[in-house]
Amino acid sequence: MFEYVWLIPLFPLIGVVINGLFGKKIKNEMIIGGIASLAVFGSFLVSCGILVQLLGMPGEERHFEKTIFTWIQSGTFKADVGFLIDPLSCVMLMVVTGAGFLIHLYSIGYMHGEEGFYRYFTYLNLFVFSMLLLVTGNNLLLMFVGWEGVGLCSYLLIGYYFHKKSAGDAGKKAFVMNRVGDFGFLLGLFTLFWYMGSTHNVWTINFRELASHADMLPVGGVVTAITLFFFIGATGKSAQIPLYTWLPDAMEGPTPVSALIHAATMVTAGVYMIARMNFIYIKSPTTLLVIACVGAATALFAATIGTAQNDIKRVLAYSTVSQLGYMFLAMGVGAFGAGVFHLMTHAFFKACLFLGSGSVIHAMHHALHHEHSDADPQDMRNMGGLRKKMPITFWTFLIATIAIAGIPGFAGFFSKDEILWQAFSNPHHGEMNIVLWLAGACAAGLTAFYMFRLVFMTFFGKTRLSDKAYHHLHESPFVIVFPLIVLAALSMFGGYLGVPKVLSEFFTGGAFPNYLEHFLDPVFAYSTNFMAHSGHGEGHHSVALEWGLMGGSVLIACGGIAFAWALYIAYPAIPGRIVATFPVLHRAVYNKWYVDEIYDFMIVNPCKAFSNFLWKGFDVVIVDGVVNGVAAVVRGLSGLLRHVQTGLVHNYAFSMALGVVVIVGCYLFR
Amino acid sequence: MESIFFFVVAAVAVISGILVVTCKNPINSALSLVMTFFCLATFYVMLDAPFMAVTQVIVYAGAIMVLIVFVIMLLNVKTETVKRGSHAVISGTVIGVFVLFQTCWFLMKGSMTGQVGVMDKAMVVKSGHVELIGKALFTDFLLPFEITSLLLLAAIIGAVILAKKKI
Amino acid sequence: MLALNNYLIVSAILFAIGTVGVLTRRNAIVIFMCVEMMLNAVNLTFIAFSKYLGNIDGQVFVFFVMTVAAAEAAVGLALMIAFYKNRESIDVEDVNLMKL
Repeated sequence: MFEYVWLIPLFPLIGVVINGLFGKKIKNEMIIGGIASLAVFGSFLVSCGILVQLLGMPGEERHFEKTIFTWIQSGTFKADVGFLIDPLSCVMLMVVTGAGFLIHLYSIGYMHGEEGFYRYFTYLNLFVFSMLLLVTGNNLLLMFVGWEGVGLCSYLLIGYYFHKKSAGDAGKKAFVMNRVGDFGFLLGLFTLFWYMGSTHNVWTINFRELASHADMLPVGGVVTAITLFFFIGATGKSAQIPLYTWLPDAMEGPTPVSALIHAATMVTAGVYMIARMNFIYIKSPTTLLVIACVGAATALFAATIGTAQNDIKRVLAYSTVSQLGYMFLAMGVGAFGAGVFHLMTHAFFKACLFLGSGSVIHAMHHALHHEHSDADPQDMRNMGGLRKKMPITFWTFLIATIAIAGIPGFAGFFSKDEILWQAFSNPHHGEMNIVLWLAGACAAGLTAFYMFRLVFMTFFGKTRLSDKAYHHLHESPFVIVFPLIVLAALSMFGGYLGVPKVLSEFFTGGAFPNYLEHFLDPVFAYSTNFMAHSGHGEGHHSVALEWGLMGGSVLIACGGIAFAWALYIAYPAIPGRIVATFPVLHRAVYNKWYVDEIYDFMIVNPCKAFSNFLWKGFDVVIVDGVVNGVAAVVRGLSGLLRHVQTGLVHNYAFSMALGVVVIVGCYLFR
Repeated sequence: MESIFFFVVAAVAVISGILVVTCKNPINSALSLVMTFFCLATFYVMLDAPFMAVTQVIVYAGAIMVLIVFVIMLLNVKTETVKRGSHAVISGTVIGVFVLFQTCWFLMKGSMTGQVGVMDKAMVVKSGHVELIGKALFTDFLLPFEITSLLLLAAIIGAVILAKKKI
Repeated sequence: MLALNNYLIVSAILFAIGTVGVLTRRNAIVIFMCVEMMLNAVNLTFIAFSKYLGNIDGQVFVFFVMTVAAAEAAVGLALMIAFYKNRESIDVEDVNLMKL
């Protein structure tokens, strides 16, 4: 099966070609959507085959590289188009193709009747292609191609409703912020290549070759610079502080796009990238601390904003930013496996949440449409009591919410708890561990609060719709609810792939191992060995402490849920009173701490002013002036020279004779 | 004796040359030019090239000049009514003087290496000038000679087409 | 035997006169005749050199020059007739279609 790895990105590419070239002619939505979904399903099947084959091999040998052709060869620089299969890319493959397939299926129902249906599926397939290139590429440059590709598709899909100005603006914002990050990625790539080449004569950007020469990298110093550059790229793509503001705006795109790109796959590219290059990151404690702090800060910061938003998708967007913060926290404390684990479970429950919200918006849209109301179908203040009308959506949404809140037994609990435990017990950051853990735990409580606030406001209580609109609410069609059910099941049971050791020993006597961690171990073997040899040891391990922290985080989560229940079910008057008591605080949180405004003030407006200056001052006056001036000078000179060309034969004869005289004169007097 | 004759002929040639340029009536110019051609033919005889002299008279003074006079009469060209601007005359004359000056300068500077070929007066007298020219034309210069016929053919065709009623 | 330079100077004078004529006259036929005179000046040079170098090649060249002059006369006069038909003039200052 390994030999056919090139089929994985090829299928979506074929989908792109068919839908992109002939989609406009095909017209039939079932055929267009079917082709796109089948393409991704084909990739999913191949990925499954690769996973099975990988599992059949002994742990240490689970890697495979297939080079298709040499892309660029220039002196010592060589870049192949080649694919790297190892446990990490395999996990990503399963997430991307699996979630991708379900969301394609969902989109057929959700995008029904939209203008530019084929365009949507072309972009979506192109996205899957780029994402697969990103996760399977065997060198940094190929990864960068995928990295840029997903950024492009993200831009295209955010701006899908391009006739809406806000959508176009959001697309541009996402693109520009991603470009800022991509610049960091490129700098990192160049620095790494230059350093390894000039210092150690290892001219390579291939991941496995880099990993095998990882011993040459010093601790700190230039490695800190390299890793920080790459991390800037990750903050752009994965919406971390300071480059996170594009992600909430990206909700202007269609909801399945938010589910696929801005929750499950693309935004996790930064996490994947750090996990892929863990052998470099482990060498720089400074960078790890930066990543951990940024991750924890993002997790907490985005969670606070999420508590005051009323747009259902915006809440989920801030939740995504917050959960991505968790993943980076995991990366920053050296718990790469835990980060990837959370990436996976997050893909399940967040995709489920987004698709569920899409189902709600879909139903709301139709209900409000019947009433000819122009109320916002995404505003939670218009919802309420949807539970009875949309039971499947409600139950799947509830399961995913429980999962993200971290209630024991569901996927989110295992991964989030693993991260929190690692944050507390890791050997990297000493005293900072407490702070990191505290931030993570607070974010967990806030997450539970705002997610249940979302559920309560949307599905419980009395409806705030008119009777007529409420009457028209109905459950979404099968293609929409089917992916919800699958994803809900995964959110429920996906966590059992990575059960922590203490729980496993307590409940089953160690018979139920941490599958995912063992599976991923070979990828992170270098980092593990490095930490073991560098004398940092294992950090402090205590079973009792782990139980205590686990209990603590569960309590915090339950507290968040109870608080949400109290505020939005039991005493619905309280939120208003709180807002009235702390108006400044509420306004700040509601307006996302004014970060966008601060960015506008500090960066965007000065940039604009400077660009305006360059345009009006430099471009128009100097550049255009030079160009026009050259033209004017040439015109003037030729105007003078024109008089030489009289068009009279005599004058030409005279010039000729004069020329003869001059030339002969030169010959005579030389 | 010979040099006196030469200077007389040269003076006639130069004066009639000047008349070609200065005469207002083209017919007068043409007749002056015929005079110049005859002077040149005289020079050719003095230079032991009788065949070239004959050709000069027949081709130039005969054919070409008759053609020119014929055209002048055909077109009924009047005397130039408007003179060219004096500055054009002055500059043209200056250029001409320069040309003359430079050529003379060349003659002063240049040096001749004396006789390098085998042809002399005795040879011309012995075998005849026509034979010498004919031999040269049909041996060493055969190809250019044949190409000349093509040139003349092209000129005939060109002249016929150009002179047709409608172009 | 006269010195070569005598012939060459006569030739140079005739050539210069021809040049002046070409540059100063407006009548195309007169200009044409001046060109013929310049050609003849060169012919004289050729034959003079032929004599003084004892080589007949120069005379053969004169032969060719005459041929070219004949062809030129035929075509040139035909051109003048054609031009005259169009413009009722053979003044070179009327040949000004290239003028702006």
